[in-house]
Amino acid sequence: MRKGMMFGLAALAALSSGTMVTTSARAAGEAIPLPQHTWSFDGVFGSFDRASVQRGLQVYREACAVCHSLKYIAFRNLADLGYSEDEIKAMAAEVLILDGPDDDGEMFERDGRPADYFPSPFPNDKAAAASNGGAVPPDLSLMAKARPDGPNYIRALLIGYEDPPADFELAEGSNYNRYFPGHQIAMAAPLFEDGVEYADGTPATVEQMATDVANFLMWTAEPKLEERKGMGIKVIIFLLVFTGVLYAAKRKIWADVH
Amino acid sequence: MSGFQSNNAVIKWIEHRMPIFSFIDHSVGSGYPTPRNLSYMWNFGSLAGVTLVVMIVTGIMLAMQYTAHVDYAFDSVERIMRDVNYGWLIRYIHMNGASFFFIVVYIHIFRGLYYGSYKAPRELLWMLGVVILLLMMATAFMGYVLPWGQMSFWGAKVITNLFSAIPIFGEDIVVWLWGGFSVDNATLNRFYALHYLMPFIIVAVVVLHLWALHQFGSNNPIGIDAKGPQDKIPFHPYYTVKDAFGLGVFFVFFAAVVFYIPNYMGHPDNYIPANPLSTPAHIVPEWYFLPFYAILRAIPDKLMGVIAMFASIGILFILPWLDRSPVRSGRFRPLFRIFFILLMIDCVVLGFAGAKPPEGLWLIAGQLATAYYFIHFLVILPLLSVFETPRPLPTSIGEPVLKGGGSMAGAPAKPMEKA
Amino acid sequence: MADTATAAPADSGETRRDFLYLAAGAMGAVGTGAVVWPLIASMSPSAEVLALASTEVDLEPIAEGQRITVTWRGNPVFIDHRTPAQISEAEGAALEDLPDPESDEARVQRPEWLILIGVCTHLGCVPLGQKTGQNRGEFGGWFCPCHGSHYDTSGRIRKGPAPTNLPVPPYEFTGDTTIVIG
Repeated sequence: MRKGMMFGLAALAALSSGTMVTTSARAAGEAIPLPQHTWSFDGVFGSFDRASVQRGLQVYREACAVCHSLKYIAFRNLADLGYSEDEIKAMAAEVLILDGPDDDGEMFERDGRPADYFPSPFPNDKAAAASNGGAVPPDLSLMAKARPDGPNYIRALLIGYEDPPADFELAEGSNYNRYFPGHQIAMAAPLFEDGVEYADGTPATVEQMATDVANFLMWTAEPKLEERKGMGIKVIIFLLVFTGVLYAAKRKIWADVH
Repeated sequence: MSGFQSNNAVIKWIEHRMPIFSFIDHSVGSGYPTPRNLSYMWNFGSLAGVTLVVMIVTGIMLAMQYTAHVDYAFDSVERIMRDVNYGWLIRYIHMNGASFFFIVVYIHIFRGLYYGSYKAPRELLWMLGVVILLLMMATAFMGYVLPWGQMSFWGAKVITNLFSAIPIFGEDIVVWLWGGFSVDNATLNRFYALHYLMPFIIVAVVVLHLWALHQFGSNNPIGIDAKGPQDKIPFHPYYTVKDAFGLGVFFVFFAAVVFYIPNYMGHPDNYIPANPLSTPAHIVPEWYFLPFYAILRAIPDKLMGVIAMFASIGILFILPWLDRSPVRSGRFRPLFRIFFILLMIDCVVLGFAGAKPPEGLWLIAGQLATAYYFIHFLVILPLLSVFETPRPLPTSIGEPVLKGGGSMAGAPAKPMEKA
Repeated sequence: MADTATAAPADSGETRRDFLYLAAGAMGAVGTGAVVWPLIASMSPSAEVLALASTEVDLEPIAEGQRITVTWRGNPVFIDHRTPAQISEAEGAALEDLPDPESDEARVQRPEWLILIGVCTHLGCVPLGQKTGQNRGEFGGWFCPCHGSHYDTSGRIRKGPAPTNLPVPPYEFTGDTTIVIG
């Protein structure tokens, strides 16, 4: 019996390790190694660094929102970040939302409400492409999950702008980025030293802003992360105890067979 | 149908009119005699059954929230993840449940391969299992298309294009599969309809699988038939509690993935909405298809590649007639054991080869592994049946076994008198 | 099953075994409940449905005696610019005549504006009476054609199978002639 089990476990281990290596190999691809940041949301007890996520929201609104939409986030969602109802109402009221049609069949603009989603900077993809030299700036809601090692990738990309090496031939309208696959990126460097003025007085270095925005985009991509991890601990502890009881019951019942 | 008795008046009333209680008792109860020496490798059948139920239940809940339309599918999945109460939980269970279903079923299959569970009189039981595997693959493939991300779309396009390899009618068949001239709304809708339907077909074949199982009962690690009641114990409570314990262990692993690395087995590209104008740099299927994908790409001919891929599963149907050795369990077949380990390594190599771009060393490795896969079944197993000298078999399950065979020492404490 | 329990050897381990059975059964029940709850909860209104925007209505263009229908949370909302005759009729009804006694004052913020959720409290049909020429029932309010419920000019049930008055949605006047429902 023991040997048979060992073969079985070997099969399981082989299959699963095969899976793991292939996925991580796949995830890495030919990409450039990214600088690894220690994120507050990593790990079993991970949670969002609220202050950083709030700063990231500010960076998004002041630097990214000109070109990038965030269409899966509604103003009401900002309650997760610790904003009060009034603050959310005020933030929503700053934007104009296209609504309608009214009774005359006309579309009209009105102030935003908490239930509204972040407005897109362009009415449609064609308009976005036309304004950006043919490349549509992607929606950022899911970016942290849509790239391998997403949060580190976002942070690295934003701090990765530099002068191209002497022998590098940069195409017209492209910018050199150390961490972008192929190094040629259409987006110009979006962040500059002190480009935003943080309300909490944090010095707005490029690295700080990149980290904050990556934190923010991890929240937009996975807003239930804290709920998930919190529930996970309870579920797994319950299952471990339950499985222990079942093992004891199994031992007891099988006592007369062995 | 003797053996089941109850003094409860209601149970007796129902049992007299519809003998469902004795049916249950004979299926998974004290009236089902089971070999006393089953190892934990025999847990994976019931695990697969439970996983199927988990998938169906979570799938029905998701279907209530999902919109099968190219313009709304991706958004509706995001709505499930963000706005639906516990939607993220249900979706992550369903998404990772597919992977766990395959992990469990692959272990179940390799257990069958090692212990000769496909041999007479269980050939039909084995073949029904292969049918279940095929149905699972079709269901998983169509389910992966539904979120309508980049990998969904391009996976659907590449896999449906396999059928264009069919001579003469190929192109027409692909257009028919698509319901158009590309993977589009019609394709998404039919995949959704079929993805909902097929699990219930799987349930039906599982019933047949269990029916065939109960005809002769489980195989066992020694692979010899029970000589009498002393070799068997009632399924309940012995194996019900053992299966329950195994289930608990399984759920711990499952929960760890669902709650802490839910996107580990997925591909980041599937969080990008499908774009029919832009192919991802590197299309890979879900991990559980990688070995088959490697076989497909190993052969530099479209039609032959497709044939080889389907043959790699089809060959399992005739496995009972390829391996003619009268000894079931690999435990008593010294040479078979070595080749079994090689086959497992071979499948892992195929998995790696399927994940890499088909070029250079990995292409060659994939080709060699593909060749070995077929050689194992078509050449090695038939030859082993003739040339291998098996070790002596124990005389029965319950009696002390000849040197080093197993661990069933000691007199049986609770034989299966009623068998 | 009964027979295995009796067949098992009765020894000092019996209590321990029973305890294990009980513990396993109880935890299984708790675990099943914990799994079933999220599944059931997922069918309740989701966050974006609960957050659905309130409806703003401009009352300016509604002439006296005119009724309009707007949509709020997927249901029709009746807005009735009542005439003085309708108001006095509504205020004059004796409470003891009403199946669901409620004064007209309690149902309006300004007497000339009656705001109602236009869903019959019997089985959910939309009563007639919003358009000119439609049957308004015996009490001049609304008439539900499905099973014959008559509502008066305050939207109160007067005759027929409906058990309660047409409900008044939460709303507030944000200006002289604008209201926000919800």
